[in-house]
Amino acid sequence: MNAVLIALLVLPLLGAALTLAPVFGPDPAAADRRALRFGTVLTGAVLVLTVALAVGFDHDEPARMQATTDLAWIPAIGVRLHLGVDGVSLPLLVLTSLLTFLCALYSERRLPSGAGVPSARSFVGLFLLLEVGMLATFAVLDLVLFFLAFEIVLIPMYFLIARWGSGAKVPAANRFILYTLLGSAVMLLGFLLVGLKAGTFDMQALAAAHGSGLSHSTQVIAALAIMVGLAVKAPAWPLHSWLPDAHTAAPTVGSVLLAGVLLKMGTYGLVRVLLPVVPDGTTTLAPYLGAFAAVGIVYGSLACLALARTGAKGDLKRLIAYSSVGHMGFVLLGIASLTPVGVNGALFANIAHGLITGLLFFVVGALKDRYGTADLDTLAGATGAALYGRAPRLGALLAFAAVASLGLPGLAGFWGELLAMFGAFDPAEGLSRPAFVTYMVLAGLGTLLTAAYLLIVVRRVCMGDPKQPAPVAELADLRPYEAVSWTPLAALTLLAGLWPALLLGLSDPAVKHLLGGG
Amino acid sequence: MLGTALGSHSTGQTTVTSLAVANPGSLIQSVDWVAIAPPLIAALAALAVLVTDLFLPARHKRWLGRLTAAALALAIVSLLPLIGGSPRATFCAQNVTGATDNAGCSYVADHFALVFQLLALGGALIAALLSAHTVEREELPGGEYWFLLLSSATGAALLPASRDLATLVIALEVASLPAFALVALRRDGRGAEAALKFFLSSVTATAVMLLGIGFVYAASGSLHLGAVATGLEHAPAQLKPLAEAGAVLTLAGFAFKVAAVPFHFWVPDTYTGAPLPVAGYLSVVGKAAGLAGLALVTTIAFRPYAHTWGLVLAVLAAVTMTVGNAGALRQRFDTRYSAVRLLAWSSVGQAGYLLVPLAAAGYAPTTTDPLGATAAYALIYGVVNLGAFGVVAAVGRRSEAGVDDFRGLFARRRWTALALAFFLLCLAGLPPGVIGLFGKVVVFRAAVDAGLGWLAVVMAVNVVVALYYYLRWTAVLFAPAPDAAPAEGAGERAATAPERRLPVSLTATLGLTASVAVVLSVAPQLVLQVVGGSLF
Repeated sequence: MNAVLIALLVLPLLGAALTLAPVFGPDPAAADRRALRFGTVLTGAVLVLTVALAVGFDHDEPARMQATTDLAWIPAIGVRLHLGVDGVSLPLLVLTSLLTFLCALYSERRLPSGAGVPSARSFVGLFLLLEVGMLATFAVLDLVLFFLAFEIVLIPMYFLIARWGSGAKVPAANRFILYTLLGSAVMLLGFLLVGLKAGTFDMQALAAAHGSGLSHSTQVIAALAIMVGLAVKAPAWPLHSWLPDAHTAAPTVGSVLLAGVLLKMGTYGLVRVLLPVVPDGTTTLAPYLGAFAAVGIVYGSLACLALARTGAKGDLKRLIAYSSVGHMGFVLLGIASLTPVGVNGALFANIAHGLITGLLFFVVGALKDRYGTADLDTLAGATGAALYGRAPRLGALLAFAAVASLGLPGLAGFWGELLAMFGAFDPAEGLSRPAFVTYMVLAGLGTLLTAAYLLIVVRRVCMGDPKQPAPVAELADLRPYEAVSWTPLAALTLLAGLWPALLLGLSDPAVKHLLGGG
Repeated sequence: MLGTALGSHSTGQTTVTSLAVANPGSLIQSVDWVAIAPPLIAALAALAVLVTDLFLPARHKRWLGRLTAAALALAIVSLLPLIGGSPRATFCAQNVTGATDNAGCSYVADHFALVFQLLALGGALIAALLSAHTVEREELPGGEYWFLLLSSATGAALLPASRDLATLVIALEVASLPAFALVALRRDGRGAEAALKFFLSSVTATAVMLLGIGFVYAASGSLHLGAVATGLEHAPAQLKPLAEAGAVLTLAGFAFKVAAVPFHFWVPDTYTGAPLPVAGYLSVVGKAAGLAGLALVTTIAFRPYAHTWGLVLAVLAAVTMTVGNAGALRQRFDTRYSAVRLLAWSSVGQAGYLLVPLAAAGYAPTTTDPLGATAAYALIYGVVNLGAFGVVAAVGRRSEAGVDDFRGLFARRRWTALALAFFLLCLAGLPPGVIGLFGKVVVFRAAVDAGLGWLAVVMAVNVVVALYYYLRWTAVLFAPAPDAAPAEGAGERAATAPERRLPVSLTATLGLTASVAVVLSVAPQLVLQVVGGSLF
């Protein structure tokens, strides 16, 4: 088992290194094709490994770290190669390798090309490096290693946005990397403070100690630093401003991974590090986190409403990016409640958001490809883009994703946000109940606003008069490769909505363990 | 008359008695040749090069460069027998007051000395490899060039092992004086101006430092670093202001060598005026020498004033990194010399990071010796910075290359571009430059450990700012190649020499630095082990 987990990280790393070697033949076009195929095969192999890991996982004991490896790496500063999975990280690992595989599959057919766009070989190399960083974040159990994994994703994502993106891509990429680096540097300071005071960087040892041996002020300072750093990544209002630009400028696969995985790294860090390692400091700061989360929920949906209006020149990708701010607000609120219910809801909402928003970005990216723009006003024209009439399957998928996103019961978006609000309704001991009930009310208001803007989007994009003059005469419906790469997301959205126990059964014992209750 | 005679007689007698010690054999020094081998080999090689140059026909002059590189490699090898075991010391004086074990010795080859000697000699070796091509192409006088390089390396290798103020100053000057000449070797207006600027500011700094050392000697009554600390602690009250002024002046002198703000103005002009390998040499070895001296005087001699200089160095570090990064940020990419100027400003910023653990050392006791972090960071910085200078030398071949000349390098020279990208990301401290990241981690760790939270935050902001310009340069490498009608200057080179092969010495340098950086990225323990224990 532990060999599987190691292979999971080593395989894409070797693949990324291999793309530097001249192994794809001399002819550029053929080399690009082979490189893309290579990327698909490799990410597919990683997906198979992850599934094997999930099958081999002992589902009776999800709270226990499994498939562990613990080797000394840099004894001088006490950094160990400590890997393992439990019920919290396993779903995220599966989500990550699934999304990367689907993205690789998709980009085999739909990689942005043209003058000034680098070769597909570089794309595959960066993409695989990105996968290493994402998987490592969820698999490592050492604070310094976690920071390293956190940083690995920055450079590949920077180049994906800056070189394969569209619009104001370089400023967006710069803003993305500078913002997140500042966050993670501050996070590192928090980690170092904890590590030096507690004498170890090992997450499991620190979680077992549950904050004993750390004074209250140390905990508050460390928690503040770690929280700010992770909140940038998550992103929490008001540290979110890098996100809309990055999402809008990124290529489709970049947006999918950004929303589907990179944002989760922030919330995962909160659950994995903040809650168990500095519990006292977290309790002190949780009300503020909850407040920012609640504001983020309302802010995100208001921003989306403003973008969805007729004549607002709203970009669909930007709109979905803002909707991510709202959705991640629910996740943060669930975490801030510090209850098993809330944290479970947060983790569920994490996965659900990854699936649904991944799907949304895929569909919107396809629309942008077809229309050449994602500007809602241009798409909708006078009456609406009439996807139901002109490209019914595409329209249906968009509507499905939108309804899932607004939290329709029976689909994945519902459970996480409901549980997060439950958690806020009855927060953990030591937290102010009235404050959290207020946050819950705000979050409830947010769900209404979310429903409002998503329905407006569905009305303006999917409905309308098919005969009105449209910017694009012939609109292709769902293509086979699109169907192949998107169906798994839709199916899992449905599965997670109908059978939430699948995920909650995994995360619940692990969360209770992390919160110190079992 | 008689009185004078008697007086002189009695003086003579007292001199005789003071010399008549119990054990006359102890006056005859037994020199530990193995301990002093590293600087000694470099010094002998310098002389050998100078003499050989006289008898060597012009067509064989390139052997001088090979001799230099071989000697430096030998000097590095001679460090090996000194590793492990207790520190070896030589040139010891028995009658120094308050001396315990090695405190009375002028030359101690402890871990600190070895690490910085490795940095100085290794840096000089890489610079020598880089120079082989430059000397030939720019027709620099070979004998002089290699002699000066070896002399300067001798000083830089001697400095970290010296344990008294006189040896320290002499070593520092041996390291600096040849450097002025090296900078001036390119016989154009720019080189002369650069050398003059460098010379004047350096000499001023030395004068200030000598004054400071004089004060310290007056107040403490000793030149040996360990004894100075004891002397300062027991200095009479009326000498306290003198001692403090002396300490400040001494620190100022070393701050100049490290190019700490406000003594940094010479850096960009000197680097652009000097031959490229010399600029790289100054940015690593010159800085290492200053840093080692600063570390020695602060942590050993001025230990009693730890809190004062701790704070001073912390402020100095914060200001230095901020000013350096701001300067680099303001650098325009399309101007001539912008690549070297950017590296120059970035080296000022990096000097700020290097000072952070030194400042932390003033806030003892901490769990680990913060100096290890400086040593580790300096080693990492030395490798990747020389590597970056190597690529600039390979691409621009002259220091006037602008950053925009690197546009599309990936399409033209794949591996060179990848190497530079790797070096820049190491300097920025971002994966895949893992070793750069860990270098930053140990520095942050030293700051947090010493309770210097504010400095850590300032440094975090600076790391982010620095990433911006390193990343912009990296992005230029992978940008689409310039069109058929490129800007003048840059286009000339691109048109005449599209795919010229790199000279062997440059390829060797880049290969060496890049593989060291990659190996260290995989196994950071190799360099970070110096962080673990105490260096002294």
